[in-house]
Amino acid sequence: MDISPLVYYGSIFVLAIFVGYYVVWSVTPALHTPLMSVTNAISAVIIVGAIIAMGTESSGTAGTISKVVSFFALIFASINIFGGFLVTQRMLEMYKKKVKKDV
Amino acid sequence: MFSDFMSVDLTASLYLLSGVFFILAIRGLSSPETARIGNYLGMSGMLIAFTVTILNLEDNSLSNLILIVAGISIGGLIGTFLSKKVAMTDMPQMVAALNSMGGMSAVLVAWAAFLSPAAFGLEINGYIATASMVEMLLGIFVGAITFSGSVIAFLKLQGLMKSAPVILPLRHVISIGIFSIILVCSYLILIGSQYDQVLFLVISILSLALGLLLIIPIGGADMPVVIAVLNSYSGFAAAIIGFTLNNLALVITGALVGSSGAILSYIMCVAMNRSFFSVIMGGFGDEGVGGEQVKETRPVKIGSADDAAFILKNASSVIIVPGYGMAVARAQNSLKEMVDKLKEMGIKVTYAIHPVAGRMPGHMNVLLAEADVPYDDIYELTEINSDFAQADVAFVIGANDVTNPAAKSDPNSPIFGMPILEVENAKTVLFVKRSLGIGYAGIDNDLFYQENTMMLLDDAKKMSEDISASI
Repeated sequence: MDISPLVYYGSIFVLAIFVGYYVVWSVTPALHTPLMSVTNAISAVIIVGAIIAMGTESSGTAGTISKVVSFFALIFASINIFGGFLVTQRMLEMYKKKVKKDV
Repeated sequence: MFSDFMSVDLTASLYLLSGVFFILAIRGLSSPETARIGNYLGMSGMLIAFTVTILNLEDNSLSNLILIVAGISIGGLIGTFLSKKVAMTDMPQMVAALNSMGGMSAVLVAWAAFLSPAAFGLEINGYIATASMVEMLLGIFVGAITFSGSVIAFLKLQGLMKSAPVILPLRHVISIGIFSIILVCSYLILIGSQYDQVLFLVISILSLALGLLLIIPIGGADMPVVIAVLNSYSGFAAAIIGFTLNNLALVITGALVGSSGAILSYIMCVAMNRSFFSVIMGGFGDEGVGGEQVKETRPVKIGSADDAAFILKNASSVIIVPGYGMAVARAQNSLKEMVDKLKEMGIKVTYAIHPVAGRMPGHMNVLLAEADVPYDDIYELTEINSDFAQADVAFVIGANDVTNPAAKSDPNSPIFGMPILEVENAKTVLFVKRSLGIGYAGIDNDLFYQENTMMLLDDAKKMSEDISASI
Protein backbone atom coordinates (compact mmCIF):
# COMPACT_ATOMS: atom_id res chain seq x y z
CA MET A 1 0.00 0.00 0.00
CA ASP A 2 1.61 3.20 -1.15
CA ILE A 3 1.08 6.55 0.42
CA SER A 4 -0.36 9.07 -2.03
CA PRO A 5 2.02 11.83 -3.19
CA LEU A 6 -0.42 14.45 -1.98
CA VAL A 7 -0.28 13.15 1.59
CA TYR A 8 3.47 12.62 1.38
CA TYR A 9 4.28 16.12 0.15
CA GLY A 10 1.47 17.51 2.28
CA SER A 11 3.18 16.16 5.40
CA ILE A 12 6.47 17.71 4.41
CA PHE A 13 4.72 20.98 3.63
CA VAL A 14 3.08 21.12 7.04
CA LEU A 15 6.32 20.29 8.85
CA ALA A 16 8.22 22.86 6.77
CA ILE A 17 5.70 25.51 7.78
CA PHE A 18 6.49 24.75 11.42
CA VAL A 19 10.22 24.89 10.72
CA GLY A 20 9.68 28.18 8.88
CA TYR A 21 7.65 29.55 11.76
CA TYR A 22 10.35 28.97 14.35
CA VAL A 23 13.26 29.87 12.12
CA VAL A 24 11.71 33.15 11.00
CA TRP A 25 10.91 34.24 14.55
CA SER A 26 14.60 33.84 15.33
CA VAL A 27 15.52 36.40 12.67
CA THR A 28 16.56 39.70 14.17
CA PRO A 29 14.26 42.60 13.16
CA ALA A 30 17.31 44.51 11.92
CA LEU A 31 17.63 41.93 9.16
CA HIS A 32 14.01 41.82 8.05
CA THR A 33 14.79 43.44 4.71
CA PRO A 34 17.52 40.91 3.83
CA LEU A 35 15.09 38.22 5.03
CA MET A 36 12.59 39.36 2.42
CA SER A 37 15.13 39.52 -0.38
CA VAL A 38 16.62 36.13 0.45
CA THR A 39 13.22 34.44 0.73
CA ASN A 40 12.51 36.04 -2.62
CA ALA A 41 15.60 34.44 -4.06
CA ILE A 42 14.97 30.98 -2.67
CA SER A 43 11.32 30.94 -3.73
CA ALA A 44 12.70 31.18 -7.27
CA VAL A 45 13.75 27.55 -6.87
CA ILE A 46 10.66 27.24 -9.05
CA ILE A 47 13.30 27.45 -11.77
CA VAL A 48 13.49 23.64 -11.53
CA GLY A 49 9.96 23.52 -12.92
CA ALA A 50 11.01 25.71 -15.81
CA ILE A 51 14.04 23.53 -16.54
CA ILE A 52 12.00 20.32 -16.41
CA ALA A 53 9.54 21.83 -18.89
CA MET A 54 12.37 22.97 -21.15
CA GLY A 55 13.97 19.58 -21.09
CA THR A 56 11.18 17.49 -22.49
CA GLU A 57 10.91 16.57 -26.13
CA SER A 58 8.16 18.87 -27.32
CA SER A 59 5.46 17.62 -29.61
CA GLY A 60 2.78 19.58 -31.42
CA THR A 61 1.73 23.17 -30.97
CA ALA A 62 1.03 22.76 -27.26
CA GLY A 63 4.51 21.33 -26.77
CA THR A 64 6.11 24.25 -28.58
CA ILE A 65 4.12 26.85 -26.65
CA SER A 66 4.98 25.00 -23.47
CA LYS A 67 8.65 25.29 -24.33
CA VAL A 68 8.41 29.00 -25.12
CA VAL A 69 6.47 29.64 -21.93
CA SER A 70 9.00 27.75 -19.83
CA PHE A 71 11.85 29.65 -21.48
CA PHE A 72 10.33 32.86 -20.17
CA ALA A 73 9.76 31.25 -16.78
CA LEU A 74 13.44 30.41 -16.81
CA ILE A 75 14.37 34.04 -17.45
CA PHE A 76 12.05 35.41 -14.76
CA ALA A 77 13.18 32.87 -12.19
CA SER A 78 16.84 33.62 -12.98
CA ILE A 79 16.29 37.34 -12.50
CA ASN A 80 14.74 36.51 -9.16
CA ILE A 81 17.56 34.19 -8.11
CA PHE A 82 20.49 36.38 -9.13
CA GLY A 83 18.80 39.63 -8.13
CA GLY A 84 17.65 38.23 -4.79
CA PHE A 85 20.87 36.60 -3.64
CA LEU A 86 23.17 39.36 -4.86
CA VAL A 87 21.16 42.20 -3.40
CA THR A 88 21.00 40.29 -0.11
CA GLN A 89 24.74 39.90 -0.22
CA ARG A 90 25.16 43.59 -0.93
CA MET A 91 23.06 44.48 2.09
CA LEU A 92 24.81 42.01 4.36
CA GLU A 93 28.22 43.36 3.33
CA MET A 94 27.16 46.68 4.79
CA TYR A 95 26.44 45.06 8.11
CA LYS A 96 29.81 43.34 7.96
CA LYS A 97 31.90 46.50 7.65
CA LYS A 98 30.73 47.70 11.00
CA VAL A 99 31.41 44.46 12.80
CA LYS A 100 35.05 44.78 11.81
CA LYS A 101 35.33 48.38 12.77
CA ASP A 102 33.60 48.28 16.10
CA VAL A 103 34.47 44.91 17.55
CA MET B 1 21.87 9.48 -20.37
CA PHE B 2 22.67 11.32 -17.15
CA SER B 3 19.37 10.24 -15.72
CA ASP B 4 20.73 6.71 -15.57
CA PHE B 5 23.03 7.41 -12.68
CA MET B 6 20.60 9.70 -10.86
CA SER B 7 18.21 7.36 -9.11
CA VAL B 8 14.85 8.70 -8.04
CA ASP B 9 15.87 8.38 -4.42
CA LEU B 10 19.14 10.21 -4.89
CA THR B 11 17.35 13.00 -6.74
CA ALA B 12 14.78 13.40 -4.00
CA SER B 13 17.48 13.36 -1.31
CA LEU B 14 19.42 16.09 -3.05
CA TYR B 15 16.30 18.24 -3.36
CA LEU B 16 15.77 17.69 0.36
CA LEU B 17 19.36 18.79 0.93
CA SER B 18 18.78 22.00 -0.98
CA GLY B 19 15.68 22.57 1.16
CA VAL B 20 17.83 22.16 4.28
CA PHE B 21 20.30 24.70 2.91
CA PHE B 22 17.48 27.18 2.44
CA ILE B 23 16.39 26.68 6.04
CA LEU B 24 19.97 27.37 7.14
CA ALA B 25 20.05 30.48 4.93
CA ILE B 26 17.13 31.93 6.88
CA ARG B 27 18.50 30.69 10.19
CA GLY B 28 21.71 32.60 9.47
CA LEU B 29 19.78 35.86 9.58
CA SER B 30 19.41 35.55 13.34
CA SER B 31 22.54 37.68 13.61
CA PRO B 32 24.50 39.87 11.19
CA GLU B 33 27.62 37.77 11.84
CA THR B 34 26.12 34.54 10.53
CA ALA B 35 23.93 36.11 7.88
CA ARG B 36 26.52 36.14 5.11
CA ILE B 37 27.37 32.48 5.56
CA GLY B 38 23.64 31.83 5.47
CA ASN B 39 23.35 33.64 2.16
CA TYR B 40 26.13 31.50 0.68
CA LEU B 41 24.36 28.38 1.93
CA GLY B 42 21.21 29.63 0.20
CA MET B 43 23.14 30.02 -3.04
CA SER B 44 24.58 26.52 -2.63
CA GLY B 45 21.09 25.13 -2.09
CA MET B 46 20.01 26.76 -5.32
CA LEU B 47 23.04 25.36 -7.15
CA ILE B 48 22.25 21.86 -5.89
CA ALA B 49 18.62 22.09 -6.98
CA PHE B 50 19.70 23.40 -10.37
CA THR B 51 22.38 20.73 -10.93
CA VAL B 52 20.10 17.88 -9.93
CA THR B 53 17.44 19.10 -12.33
CA ILE B 54 19.91 19.41 -15.19
CA LEU B 55 21.28 15.91 -14.54
CA ASN B 56 17.76 14.53 -14.70
CA LEU B 57 16.88 16.20 -17.98
CA GLU B 58 15.10 14.02 -20.44
CA ASP B 59 16.24 16.01 -23.46
CA ASN B 60 19.85 16.85 -22.78
CA SER B 61 20.72 17.53 -26.37
CA LEU B 62 23.30 20.23 -26.83
CA SER B 63 20.80 22.60 -28.42
CA ASN B 64 18.46 22.32 -25.48
CA LEU B 65 21.24 22.82 -22.94
CA ILE B 66 22.36 25.91 -24.84
CA LEU B 67 18.81 27.22 -24.70
CA ILE B 68 18.66 26.67 -20.95
CA VAL B 69 22.02 28.35 -20.40
CA ALA B 70 20.88 31.23 -22.60
CA GLY B 71 17.70 31.72 -20.56
CA ILE B 72 19.60 31.68 -17.30
CA SER B 73 22.26 34.03 -18.65
CA ILE B 74 19.68 36.57 -19.78
CA GLY B 75 17.87 36.44 -16.44
CA GLY B 76 21.13 36.28 -14.53
CA LEU B 77 22.52 39.36 -16.24
CA ILE B 78 19.35 41.35 -15.64
CA GLY B 79 19.20 40.21 -12.01
CA THR B 80 22.86 40.97 -11.39
CA PHE B 81 22.54 44.38 -12.99
CA LEU B 82 19.50 45.24 -10.89
CA SER B 83 21.12 44.08 -7.67
CA LYS B 84 24.21 46.23 -8.26
CA LYS B 85 22.34 49.28 -9.41
CA VAL B 86 19.47 49.59 -6.95
CA ALA B 87 19.83 52.24 -4.26
CA MET B 88 19.29 51.07 -0.70
CA THR B 89 16.47 53.57 -0.35
CA ASP B 90 14.72 51.81 -3.23
CA MET B 91 14.89 48.36 -1.65
CA PRO B 92 11.10 48.08 -1.17
CA GLN B 93 10.58 48.52 -4.92
CA MET B 94 13.31 45.99 -5.62
CA VAL B 95 11.66 43.40 -3.40
CA ALA B 96 8.29 44.09 -5.01
CA ALA B 97 9.84 43.71 -8.48
CA LEU B 98 11.54 40.44 -7.54
CA ASN B 99 8.28 39.19 -6.05
CA SER B 100 6.50 39.83 -9.31
CA MET B 101 9.14 37.73 -11.11
CA GLY B 102 8.51 34.85 -8.73
CA GLY B 103 4.75 35.11 -9.22
CA MET B 104 5.12 35.23 -12.98
CA SER B 105 7.40 32.18 -13.07
CA ALA B 106 4.83 30.24 -11.05
CA VAL B 107 2.14 31.16 -13.58
CA LEU B 108 4.34 30.24 -16.53
CA VAL B 109 5.46 26.93 -15.04
CA ALA B 110 1.84 26.04 -14.33
CA TRP B 111 1.04 26.85 -17.97
CA ALA B 112 3.95 24.74 -19.19
CA ALA B 113 2.75 21.82 -17.08
CA PHE B 114 -0.80 22.30 -18.32
CA LEU B 115 0.28 22.32 -21.97
CA SER B 116 2.63 19.37 -21.77
CA PRO B 117 1.42 17.30 -18.82
CA ALA B 118 3.21 14.21 -20.06
CA ALA B 119 6.53 15.96 -19.52
CA PHE B 120 5.75 16.29 -15.84
CA GLY B 121 4.28 12.81 -15.50
CA LEU B 122 0.86 14.26 -14.75
CA GLU B 123 -1.12 12.22 -17.25
CA ILE B 124 -3.27 9.25 -16.40
CA ASN B 125 -4.72 7.60 -19.51
CA GLY B 126 -4.24 10.75 -21.53
CA TYR B 127 -5.93 13.02 -18.99
CA ILE B 128 -4.44 15.23 -16.36
CA ALA B 129 -5.13 13.82 -12.89
CA THR B 130 -7.74 15.87 -11.02
CA ALA B 131 -5.44 16.56 -8.09
CA SER B 132 -2.73 17.90 -10.42
CA MET B 133 -5.26 20.02 -12.24
CA VAL B 134 -6.46 21.57 -8.98
CA GLU B 135 -2.86 22.30 -8.02
CA MET B 136 -2.13 23.94 -11.35
CA LEU B 137 -5.25 26.09 -11.11
CA LEU B 138 -4.28 27.15 -7.60
CA GLY B 139 -0.74 27.83 -8.77
CA ILE B 140 -2.00 30.04 -11.59
CA PHE B 141 -4.38 31.84 -9.24
CA VAL B 142 -1.89 32.60 -6.47
CA GLY B 143 0.98 33.23 -8.89
CA ALA B 144 -1.02 35.69 -10.98
CA ILE B 145 -2.23 37.61 -7.93
CA THR B 146 1.34 37.78 -6.68
CA PHE B 147 2.51 39.05 -10.05
CA SER B 148 -0.03 41.79 -10.69
CA GLY B 149 -0.19 42.75 -7.01
CA SER B 150 3.59 43.13 -6.88
CA VAL B 151 3.62 45.15 -10.07
CA ILE B 152 1.12 47.59 -8.55
CA ALA B 153 3.11 47.72 -5.32
CA PHE B 154 6.23 48.41 -7.38
CA LEU B 155 4.55 51.21 -9.33
CA LYS B 156 3.29 52.82 -6.14
CA LEU B 157 6.64 52.59 -4.38
CA GLN B 158 8.55 53.82 -7.40
CA GLY B 159 6.20 56.80 -7.59
CA LEU B 160 5.02 55.82 -11.07
CA MET B 161 1.54 55.56 -9.67
CA LYS B 162 -0.09 57.62 -6.95
CA SER B 163 0.47 55.87 -3.66
CA ALA B 164 -2.86 57.04 -2.27
CA PRO B 165 -5.53 54.36 -2.10
CA VAL B 166 -7.60 54.08 -5.28
CA ILE B 167 -11.12 53.17 -4.30
CA LEU B 168 -13.31 51.88 -7.09
CA PRO B 169 -17.06 51.93 -6.59
CA LEU B 170 -18.41 48.48 -5.76
CA ARG B 171 -14.88 47.13 -5.59
CA HIS B 172 -15.84 44.28 -3.28
CA VAL B 173 -18.68 43.29 -5.57
CA ILE B 174 -16.34 43.33 -8.57
CA SER B 175 -13.75 41.25 -6.74
CA ILE B 176 -16.30 38.69 -5.60
CA GLY B 177 -17.73 38.59 -9.12
CA ILE B 178 -14.32 37.91 -10.64
CA PHE B 179 -13.60 35.27 -8.03
CA SER B 180 -16.90 33.55 -8.79
CA ILE B 181 -16.15 33.43 -12.51
CA ILE B 182 -12.74 31.92 -11.72
CA LEU B 183 -14.44 29.24 -9.62
CA VAL B 184 -16.93 28.45 -12.40
CA CYS B 185 -14.17 28.22 -15.02
CA SER B 186 -12.14 25.95 -12.74
CA TYR B 187 -15.15 23.71 -12.24
CA LEU B 188 -15.70 23.49 -16.01
CA ILE B 189 -12.08 22.49 -16.53
CA LEU B 190 -12.27 19.87 -13.80
CA ILE B 191 -15.37 18.23 -15.27
CA GLY B 192 -13.49 17.97 -18.55
CA SER B 193 -14.60 20.85 -20.74
CA GLN B 194 -13.15 20.66 -24.26
CA TYR B 195 -12.39 24.39 -24.06
CA ASP B 196 -9.99 23.84 -21.22
CA GLN B 197 -7.19 25.93 -22.77
CA VAL B 198 -9.44 28.93 -23.28
CA LEU B 199 -10.78 28.57 -19.74
CA PHE B 200 -7.24 28.32 -18.40
CA LEU B 201 -6.41 31.56 -20.16
CA VAL B 202 -9.53 33.24 -18.81
CA ILE B 203 -8.62 32.15 -15.28
CA SER B 204 -5.09 33.52 -15.70
CA ILE B 205 -6.32 36.90 -16.91
CA LEU B 206 -9.01 37.20 -14.24
CA SER B 207 -6.52 36.27 -11.52
CA LEU B 208 -4.22 39.01 -12.76
CA ALA B 209 -7.12 41.46 -12.61
CA LEU B 210 -7.95 40.32 -9.11
CA GLY B 211 -4.39 40.96 -7.93
CA LEU B 212 -4.61 44.46 -9.32
CA LEU B 213 -7.96 45.13 -7.65
CA LEU B 214 -6.68 43.85 -4.33
CA ILE B 215 -3.65 46.13 -4.18
CA ILE B 216 -4.79 49.45 -5.70
CA PRO B 217 -7.01 50.34 -2.72
CA ILE B 218 -4.09 49.99 -0.31
CA GLY B 219 -2.27 53.20 0.60
CA GLY B 220 1.47 53.79 0.44
CA ALA B 221 2.13 53.55 4.16
CA ASP B 222 0.51 50.13 4.41
CA MET B 223 3.12 48.91 1.93
CA PRO B 224 5.20 47.12 4.59
CA VAL B 225 2.28 44.76 5.09
CA VAL B 226 1.49 44.45 1.39
CA ILE B 227 5.05 43.55 0.49
CA ALA B 228 5.18 40.97 3.26
CA VAL B 229 1.86 39.49 2.16
CA LEU B 230 2.92 39.30 -1.49
CA ASN B 231 6.17 37.71 -0.35
CA SER B 232 4.11 35.11 1.45
CA TYR B 233 1.93 34.51 -1.63
CA SER B 234 4.95 33.98 -3.85
CA GLY B 235 6.06 31.29 -1.40
CA PHE B 236 2.71 29.54 -1.42
CA ALA B 237 2.59 29.72 -5.23
CA ALA B 238 5.96 27.97 -5.33
CA ALA B 239 4.77 25.35 -2.85
CA ILE B 240 1.63 24.62 -4.87
CA ILE B 241 3.71 24.14 -8.02
CA GLY B 242 5.92 21.89 -5.89
CA PHE B 243 2.91 19.64 -5.32
CA THR B 244 2.24 19.53 -9.06
CA LEU B 245 5.84 18.66 -9.85
CA ASN B 246 6.25 16.42 -6.79
CA ASN B 247 9.37 18.34 -5.95
CA LEU B 248 10.68 18.42 -2.38
CA ALA B 249 12.80 21.53 -2.76
CA LEU B 250 9.82 23.54 -3.98
CA VAL B 251 7.45 22.28 -1.31
CA ILE B 252 9.90 22.97 1.53
CA THR B 253 10.97 26.35 0.18
CA GLY B 254 7.44 27.41 -0.55
CA ALA B 255 6.39 26.60 3.00
CA LEU B 256 9.37 28.51 4.42
CA VAL B 257 8.79 31.60 2.32
CA GLY B 258 5.06 31.43 2.89
CA SER B 259 5.43 31.37 6.66
CA SER B 260 8.16 33.99 6.59
CA GLY B 261 5.94 36.44 4.72
CA ALA B 262 3.00 35.63 6.96
CA ILE B 263 5.01 36.27 10.13
CA LEU B 264 6.34 39.57 8.78
CA SER B 265 2.80 40.67 7.89
CA TYR B 266 1.72 39.77 11.39
CA ILE B 267 4.57 41.74 12.98
CA MET B 268 3.76 44.77 10.81
CA CYS B 269 0.05 44.62 11.66
CA VAL B 270 0.77 44.40 15.38
CA ALA B 271 3.14 47.35 15.07
CA MET B 272 0.31 49.39 13.54
CA ASN B 273 -2.39 47.98 15.81
CA ARG B 274 -4.42 47.13 12.74
CA SER B 275 -6.04 43.86 11.94
CA PHE B 276 -4.62 42.01 9.00
CA PHE B 277 -8.08 42.08 7.48
CA SER B 278 -8.41 45.86 7.63
CA VAL B 279 -5.06 46.33 5.89
CA ILE B 280 -5.97 43.90 3.14
CA MET B 281 -9.32 45.57 2.61
CA GLY B 282 -7.42 48.78 2.01
CA GLY B 283 -8.57 52.36 1.88
CA PHE B 284 -6.72 53.46 5.01
CA GLY B 285 -5.84 57.14 5.19
CA ASP B 286 -8.50 57.88 2.66
CA GLU B 287 -11.53 58.58 4.81
CA GLY B 288 -11.57 62.37 4.49
CA VAL B 289 -13.24 62.58 7.92
CA GLY B 290 -15.98 64.86 6.63
CA GLY B 291 -15.34 68.57 6.71
CA GLU B 292 -14.24 68.55 10.30
CA GLN B 293 -10.64 69.43 9.60
CA VAL B 294 -10.27 72.10 12.25
CA LYS B 295 -7.73 74.69 11.21
CA GLU B 296 -4.91 74.43 13.68
CA THR B 297 -4.22 77.64 15.54
CA ARG B 298 -1.92 76.50 18.30
CA PRO B 299 1.54 78.05 18.16
CA VAL B 300 4.41 76.07 16.78
CA LYS B 301 8.02 76.71 17.64
CA ILE B 302 10.10 76.71 14.50
CA GLY B 303 13.87 76.61 14.76
CA SER B 304 16.84 76.92 12.48
CA ALA B 305 19.76 74.59 11.94
CA ASP B 306 21.84 76.77 14.25
CA ASP B 307 19.30 76.48 17.06
CA ALA B 308 19.25 72.73 16.60
CA ALA B 309 23.04 72.53 16.57
CA PHE B 310 23.16 74.48 19.81
CA ILE B 311 20.67 72.21 21.53
CA LEU B 312 22.41 69.07 20.28
CA LYS B 313 25.85 70.27 21.36
CA ASN B 314 24.62 70.87 24.88
CA ALA B 315 22.90 67.52 25.21
CA SER B 316 24.50 64.52 26.81
CA SER B 317 22.25 61.89 25.27
CA VAL B 318 20.44 61.99 21.95
CA ILE B 319 18.05 59.46 20.43
CA ILE B 320 17.54 59.59 16.67
CA VAL B 321 14.16 58.49 15.30
CA PRO B 322 14.37 57.92 11.54
CA GLY B 323 11.38 57.39 9.27
CA TYR B 324 10.34 57.21 5.66
CA GLY B 325 11.20 60.88 5.14
CA MET B 326 14.85 60.04 5.73
CA ALA B 327 14.65 57.44 2.97
CA VAL B 328 12.94 59.82 0.57
CA ALA B 329 15.53 62.53 1.19
CA ARG B 330 18.37 59.95 1.17
CA ALA B 331 19.57 61.63 4.30
CA GLN B 332 21.19 58.63 6.02
CA ASN B 333 24.78 59.62 5.20
CA SER B 334 24.40 63.26 6.18
CA LEU B 335 22.70 62.12 9.35
CA LYS B 336 25.61 59.81 10.13
CA GLU B 337 28.08 62.67 9.66
CA MET B 338 26.09 64.82 12.03
CA VAL B 339 25.99 62.01 14.58
CA ASP B 340 29.74 61.42 14.23
CA LYS B 341 30.40 65.03 15.13
CA LEU B 342 28.19 64.72 18.18
CA LYS B 343 29.88 61.50 19.21
CA GLU B 344 33.30 63.13 18.96
CA MET B 345 32.06 65.60 21.53
CA GLY B 346 31.29 62.71 23.87
CA ILE B 347 27.53 62.81 23.39
CA LYS B 348 25.76 59.47 23.59
CA VAL B 349 23.75 58.93 20.42
CA THR B 350 21.46 55.98 19.77
CA TYR B 351 18.84 55.20 17.15
CA ALA B 352 15.26 54.10 17.81
CA ILE B 353 13.46 52.23 15.06
CA HIS B 354 9.75 51.62 14.88
CA PRO B 355 8.81 48.33 13.20
CA VAL B 356 6.77 50.09 10.49
CA ALA B 357 9.16 52.98 9.87
CA GLY B 358 9.77 53.12 6.14
CA ARG B 359 8.08 51.14 3.45
CA MET B 360 9.14 47.62 4.32
CA PRO B 361 10.21 45.60 7.34
CA GLY B 362 13.75 46.51 8.34
CA HIS B 363 13.95 49.36 5.81
CA MET B 364 15.55 51.83 8.25
CA ASN B 365 18.09 49.29 9.48
CA VAL B 366 19.38 48.75 5.96
CA LEU B 367 19.70 52.46 5.30
CA LEU B 368 21.57 53.02 8.55
CA ALA B 369 23.78 50.04 7.77
CA GLU B 370 24.53 51.63 4.43
CA ALA B 371 25.56 54.82 6.18
CA ASP B 372 27.88 52.71 8.33
CA VAL B 373 25.99 53.15 11.57
CA PRO B 374 27.11 50.43 14.02
CA TYR B 375 24.16 48.15 14.62
CA ASP B 376 24.89 48.12 18.34
CA ASP B 377 23.64 51.71 18.35
CA ILE B 378 20.29 50.75 16.88
CA TYR B 379 17.40 49.73 19.11
CA GLU B 380 13.92 48.41 18.54
CA LEU B 381 10.84 50.08 19.93
CA THR B 382 10.50 47.90 23.01
CA GLU B 383 14.20 48.09 23.85
CA ILE B 384 14.48 51.84 23.85
CA ASN B 385 11.08 53.29 24.65
CA SER B 386 11.76 53.78 28.33
CA ASP B 387 15.01 55.60 27.54
CA PHE B 388 13.29 58.63 26.05
CA ALA B 389 12.45 59.91 29.52
CA GLN B 390 16.18 60.15 30.29
CA ALA B 391 17.19 61.52 26.91
CA ASP B 392 18.04 65.18 26.44
CA VAL B 393 17.07 65.27 22.79
CA ALA B 394 14.86 63.13 20.59
CA PHE B 395 15.81 63.90 17.01
CA VAL B 396 12.90 62.85 14.77
CA ILE B 397 13.90 62.76 11.14
CA GLY B 398 11.27 61.87 8.58
CA ALA B 399 9.06 59.96 10.99
CA ASN B 400 5.65 61.24 12.01
CA ASP B 401 2.77 58.92 12.86
CA VAL B 402 5.00 56.49 14.76
CA THR B 403 5.70 59.29 17.25
CA ASN B 404 2.18 60.67 17.53
CA PRO B 405 1.02 60.72 21.18
CA ALA B 406 -2.59 60.63 19.94
CA ALA B 407 -2.07 56.89 19.53
CA LYS B 408 -2.03 56.67 23.31
CA SER B 409 -4.36 59.46 24.36
CA ASP B 410 -7.05 59.93 21.72
CA PRO B 411 -9.48 57.01 21.34
CA ASN B 412 -10.94 58.68 18.24
CA SER B 413 -7.63 58.80 16.42
CA PRO B 414 -7.33 56.37 13.51
CA ILE B 415 -4.02 55.22 14.92
CA PHE B 416 -5.27 54.83 18.50
CA GLY B 417 -3.63 51.84 20.15
CA MET B 418 -0.66 51.75 17.83
CA PRO B 419 2.54 51.35 19.83
CA ILE B 420 4.56 54.55 19.36
CA LEU B 421 8.02 55.77 20.15
CA GLU B 422 7.49 57.96 23.18
CA VAL B 423 9.64 60.85 22.01
CA GLU B 424 7.47 63.36 23.85
CA ASN B 425 9.12 62.21 27.08
CA ALA B 426 12.52 63.54 26.02
CA LYS B 427 13.58 66.93 27.36
CA THR B 428 13.61 68.42 23.88
CA VAL B 429 12.13 67.08 20.67
CA LEU B 430 13.73 68.21 17.43
CA PHE B 431 11.38 67.36 14.61
CA VAL B 432 12.77 67.49 11.07
CA LYS B 433 9.98 67.73 8.56
CA ARG B 434 9.52 69.36 5.20
CA SER B 435 6.35 71.16 6.17
CA LEU B 436 3.76 71.17 8.91
CA GLY B 437 1.62 68.74 6.92
CA ILE B 438 -0.10 65.72 8.28
CA GLY B 439 1.22 62.16 8.17
CA TYR B 440 -0.13 59.37 6.01
CA ALA B 441 -2.88 58.59 8.47
CA GLY B 442 -4.25 62.05 7.70
CA ILE B 443 -4.05 63.15 11.31
CA ASP B 444 -2.40 65.97 13.08
CA ASN B 445 0.51 65.28 15.39
CA ASP B 446 0.14 66.90 18.81
CA LEU B 447 3.84 66.63 19.20
CA PHE B 448 4.30 69.70 16.99
CA TYR B 449 2.57 71.95 19.48
CA GLN B 450 4.32 70.77 22.59
CA GLU B 451 6.34 73.18 24.67
CA ASN B 452 9.48 71.13 24.30
CA THR B 453 9.21 70.57 20.56
CA MET B 454 11.16 72.53 18.00
CA MET B 455 10.20 72.05 14.38
CA LEU B 456 13.01 72.09 11.84
CA LEU B 457 11.25 72.67 8.57
CA ASP B 458 13.48 71.53 5.74
CA ASP B 459 14.49 68.58 3.66
CA ALA B 460 15.94 65.92 5.96
CA LYS B 461 19.23 65.77 4.11
CA LYS B 462 19.75 69.51 3.90
CA MET B 463 18.83 69.98 7.55
CA SER B 464 21.33 67.31 8.70
CA GLU B 465 24.05 68.92 6.59
CA ASP B 466 23.27 72.38 7.91
CA ILE B 467 23.31 71.18 11.49
CA SER B 468 26.62 69.41 10.91
CA ALA B 469 28.10 72.58 9.48
CA SER B 470 26.83 74.55 12.42
CA ILE B 471 28.21 72.17 15.04
